[in-house]
Amino acid sequence: MITIFEVNETNKMIEQERLDVRTITLGISLLDCCDSDLDALNRNIYDKITRLAKDLVSTGREIELEYGIPIVNTRISVTPIALVGGGACRSPEDFVEVAKTLDRAARDTGVNFLGGYSAIVSKGMTPTDEALIRSIPTALASTERVCSSVNIGSTKTGINMDAVKLMGEIVRETAEATKENNSLGCAKLVVLCNAPDDNPFMAGAFHGVTEADVVINVGVSGPGVIKHALEGVRGENFEVLCETVKKTAFKVTRAGQLVAQEASERLGIPFGIVDLSLAPTPSVGDSVAGILEEMGLESAGAPGTTAALALLNDQVKKGGIMASSFVGGLSGAFIPVSEDQGMIDAVNRGALTLEKLEAMTCVCSVGLDMIAIPGNTPASTISGIIADEAAIGMINQKTTAVRLIPVIGKDVGDTVEFGGLLGHAPVQQVNRFGCADFINRGGRIPAPIHSFKN
Amino acid sequence: MSKTIITVAGKDAVGIIAKICTYLADNEVNVEDISQTIVQGYFNMMMIVDTSGSSKPYAEMVTELEVLGDEIGVKIRCQREDIFTKMHRI
Repeated sequence: MITIFEVNETNKMIEQERLDVRTITLGISLLDCCDSDLDALNRNIYDKITRLAKDLVSTGREIELEYGIPIVNTRISVTPIALVGGGACRSPEDFVEVAKTLDRAARDTGVNFLGGYSAIVSKGMTPTDEALIRSIPTALASTERVCSSVNIGSTKTGINMDAVKLMGEIVRETAEATKENNSLGCAKLVVLCNAPDDNPFMAGAFHGVTEADVVINVGVSGPGVIKHALEGVRGENFEVLCETVKKTAFKVTRAGQLVAQEASERLGIPFGIVDLSLAPTPSVGDSVAGILEEMGLESAGAPGTTAALALLNDQVKKGGIMASSFVGGLSGAFIPVSEDQGMIDAVNRGALTLEKLEAMTCVCSVGLDMIAIPGNTPASTISGIIADEAAIGMINQKTTAVRLIPVIGKDVGDTVEFGGLLGHAPVQQVNRFGCADFINRGGRIPAPIHSFKN
Repeated sequence: MSKTIITVAGKDAVGIIAKICTYLADNEVNVEDISQTIVQGYFNMMMIVDTSGSSKPYAEMVTELEVLGDEIGVKIRCQREDIFTKMHRI
């Protein structure tokens, strides 16, 4: 029988250490919505999403109340729209109409974000892929809840450098199109390498073509819980440190698994995966940087940071994997800057640079995330940063991503406020040397030698 | 249906258990186990209850117990047992 101490431990995690389920994401295939007529396509998309997701938000609230664990977000991911809209959309403007339909569906179902305004172009771009990509700046400027992602490379295919070049320009155009709003559009746009089909986290969530018609994926969180557990083992050796992270990650993931199963049962929709990520928020005590500092670093970004993050990421996976029947998505530690007060502090005190962040992305679960850079950063430099991240992902067979925000009108030393979970960020220095000739070569980088395993 | 765990925490006072048990009895909720400690004047109690005989919707009970806690001056949480067993038992 459960004891009062165990009950108190769980409730302390929830009340004081900010344990929560970060998102219940409903993945919906839109492949059966395809039509050659744009109006019919929009109607099919709206009808399918609102039919399947009508009880999503209320079910989330119900579970939250009955189990006493906060469920922060309920979201939807859909099939990459470049595939769905291919038959009906002849131009970027046509795709923008689909984005508006998605936005309306998201609003009417009550979810806070809908992901999947996406194109998968890891080896090459079709004309419809390109039209979707070119529509992204307008689509993100004219919608509120739609998130966009573009997969520009993979370990199996190499890196599509034409797409990398284009995405540098698109990130800049998106920043321009939303400059009245601190270039917020870029917070809803992520460029990926090795993008997973079942990621429940935004902005990179989409419902891949390998997925079933509809599925429930859940993203857990809990940096505060890990940090608190580590406070109890100060000065102990690495074995004790790792065991503590692992055991705590197990408990955190079990909560996610329970919520996923409950949501699946109540909605009558199959359970897909639990994404066992440590996702920070700007709230004090909910920081991944805080965990690294608790391990013994003076500040996140100090020498030792990459090793500390590597062990954290690995132990989170080791603890979490046994706690869930299906693990997927991104799974690991997220290191966004604007969404993590500890990371923001580290940047402000000069301890954490873009280059150190890049090194950290080799061992964390994703990549350069929510980083504000000067508004006058050239598109080719943004492409260069995307190419670097994609190369890390391609060679190390992991997901990497870039979500940079070139804040129009702001420079190093300024701070930008994005609001809510997106937080605020100091504008960071970018290496001022150019790479335009490299980016302008065109074509693609071949798949690495270790991808040839057949 | 799984059991429910009710936890009560706050400053000790006369009649805390009586008031909560009266509410539970009125709503046909069966109390199966109670464990309780008082540390430095602070009251800490856990009840394992069975709500299967109750006609009250679960969400309503959660809210009403919270309100009752506010009246008594303690924090009352009502949660399905699974959240604890899943986390602490393999």
